[in-house]
Amino acid sequence: MEGKFDIKINAKFCKQCGICSALCPKQVLEQEVGKVPVVAHPENCIGCKLCAMRCPDFAIDVEGK
Amino acid sequence: MKSYKDYMLFDKLPQTWCAGCSHGIVLQSIAAVMAELDVDKHDMALVSGIGCFGRVDDYLDINCMHVTHGRALAAATGVALGNPNLHVLCTMGDGDGTTIGGNHLIHAARRNINVTAIISNNYNYGQTGGQYSATTPTHSITQTSPYGHIEDNFDICKLAIAAGASYVGRATAYNPVMIRKLIKEGMQVKGFSLIEVMSACPTHYGKFNKLGEAARMLKLMNEQSVTVAQAAKMSPEELKGKLVVGVLKNEPRDDYYTEYARIIEAQRIE
Repeated sequence: MEGKFDIKINAKFCKQCGICSALCPKQVLEQEVGKVPVVAHPENCIGCKLCAMRCPDFAIDVEGK
Repeated sequence: MKSYKDYMLFDKLPQTWCAGCSHGIVLQSIAAVMAELDVDKHDMALVSGIGCFGRVDDYLDINCMHVTHGRALAAATGVALGNPNLHVLCTMGDGDGTTIGGNHLIHAARRNINVTAIISNNYNYGQTGGQYSATTPTHSITQTSPYGHIEDNFDICKLAIAAGASYVGRATAYNPVMIRKLIKEGMQVKGFSLIEVMSACPTHYGKFNKLGEAARMLKLMNEQSVTVAQAAKMSPEELKGKLVVGVLKNEPRDDYYTEYARIIEAQRIE
């Protein structure tokens, strides 16, 4: 199922700290240790943009489709 | 509408901070507030000191000055008095702003210089390996206090309130929306405004005190924080170890330059 929001993760900027995947209120992102997070459940995204705001590395962009 | 990216130098990224360091969150908030207020880049000046958080000037596309350790507010005072039409921001860490430059902080607040100071408090000197600073909580472990820190720590906001700042606020890096709100209000207030952002240092402070990864440190910080309204109903014993977040003081008074201009006007000989 497609979500309403487009979540882009820039793997070049990401330092894999795990803040976005751990603190997402809807568990949209999933991440393994040592890997860049993946958008596992885009249909759950409510577009709060907290992942983008909390990303210290400016690696996440959330845009409405 | 402008985005925070318009005020940043994206070609300098990825930034130099460690994985999970909260300073990037504060930097994004500063750029986002400038975009929200739609300020002209030439009307902005940013002075930063030495330390991890002093590096924010590397990534912002505005007039920036990187000065000696602890003297960021002294230089910002000069900038604010030299050109009173500028919005002056001053970014410091806890080691820079309160430990080495603590005297500049209280006097900038007392004089009510028209500067917005943003202090990112991560409880230690991160850049040099995690030594304790004046804000390190008692009994916590750092590089230079391996058996526990025995000194009491400063409450930066109480210090600024007592010294006479116009606007004082505190937020945690867990809540970037609140950081944006406080910086925005602080920039619109005439006079000295201080925003303290509690941030996580997972590389040094978190590692020594076994606080876990960055996300867990942010969660713990959020559990520790109470709003101003909640704090008003709590006793001093209950407030021990808590972080009061929100707008702690908002009483604007005439800033230094306004008073100074009044003197010039009164003494003018036609």
